Amino acid sequence: MEFHIDTASRLPIYRQLTGQLREAVARGQVQADERLPSVRELSRTLVVNPNTVARAYTELEREGIVNTRPGLGVFVARPKPELIKKVRRERFLDLLDHLLTEAVHLGFTAEEVVGMVTERVGQFQWIRD
Amino acid sequence: MPDVIVTDRLTKYYDRRPAVNHLDLRVPQGSVYGLLGRNGAGKTTAIKMLLGMVHADIGTAEVLGEDSSRLRPQTRARIAYLAEGHPLYRWMKVGEAVRFARAFYPAWNQPLVEQILDHFELSPKAKIRRLSNGQRAQVSLALAVAAEPELLILDDPTLGLDTVVRRDFLESLIQIIQRRARTILFSSHILGDVERVADRIGILVDGVLRVDCPTEHFKGSIRKLVLEFPGPPPQFPECVGLVGNRQVGRKLEAIVVGYGEEHRRLAESLSPRSIEVIEFNLEDAFVEYTRGPRRSLPIFVGGEPDA
Repeated sequence: MEFHIDTASRLPIYRQLTGQLREAVARGQVQADERLPSVRELSRTLVVNPNTVARAYTELEREGIVNTRPGLGVFVARPKPELIKKVRRERFLDLLDHLLTEAVHLGFTAEEVVGMVTERVGQFQWIRD
Repeated sequence: MPDVIVTDRLTKYYDRRPAVNHLDLRVPQGSVYGLLGRNGAGKTTAIKMLLGMVHADIGTAEVLGEDSSRLRPQTRARIAYLAEGHPLYRWMKVGEAVRFARAFYPAWNQPLVEQILDHFELSPKAKIRRLSNGQRAQVSLALAVAAEPELLILDDPTLGLDTVVRRDFLESLIQIIQRRARTILFSSHILGDVERVADRIGILVDGVLRVDCPTEHFKGSIRKLVLEFPGPPPQFPECVGLVGNRQVGRKLEAIVVGYGEEHRRLAESLSPRSIEVIEFNLEDAFVEYTRGPRRSLPIFVGGEPDA
């Protein structure tokens, strides 16, 4: 897992880190139980304050994306369907509406949007029933 | 955590103009505080008051629990200070500079200074006057770190260093932060550097601390307000969060950190024809507002700017 930061970005550094890991997990680029770099290592390689890295890991842990095993390090967590289906559905539809609004304003047709979604779906790793 | 630095209404006048104006600053132990501001914003004056090198006209400063204007030598030995431009005695060799600095600090860590100089490939026999700016910065940093200070104050340490040396310098700084809970106050005019290293950021604008917040709150709350007027625009009222404003033709542009209701109300109180609120990247804002005096030349006088 390669993290990178962009100080010209509008996102705070810790949010860039959480975003990158969330995406890597969703794309299957990192697997459950994979060990992530320690706060010290990451702070050194990225040249950022260790507190910023710790903050990112704390946030990810709260979201259930990583877990810290004392003395061993930080690991990618096993996905667990914590949120009840209804809440997850609502959150997703909310995001979807945002995207569709953008798509309308960018001048795409419904068919084009469905086509692009289908194409992209293949690039991600999905939970199997 | 106790506060290592506490100032109360700290103020200094130069030629009846406040260089630092009612500064209330708190830096908790173990934190890294980044002080941003344009050249001449008051960063150096503020730092010199903290160290008792400049006397305040109003207000007080306490460092490590002692009044800054009366720091005892024992207390000074717990503080390391990197002055702007890394002044070192040019006639010394690196090894002599080490021996000289060592005398002031009882907790001196000689193996550490040797290790750092070695890492930077600086020979003790090298003559200081032959060193580049970057190398002098490295020597100063090595000396400051070897003092094992509880408080490290750096005044624009990366000024004049090229990108590679700057990154190297920040890397060393990160390693220092990791070594133990050590308090660091550093000033800079490069936002990217401050954002990487600081837990908390303050912005001085004309001697006034306009922004003082955790680093992660900093971004995402920056807006550029563009107010359009029928005639020449007024100034934006002074307020918390305002880091700069300027008139461009009939428009008034203001950069605000921590944008909220209050700023909206202030903008409306000027009764402009229109108000536009634009999300803005602070790096851009800073580039725009740190350009220096060139900016104030009346290039656009009389003409309608093309912006």
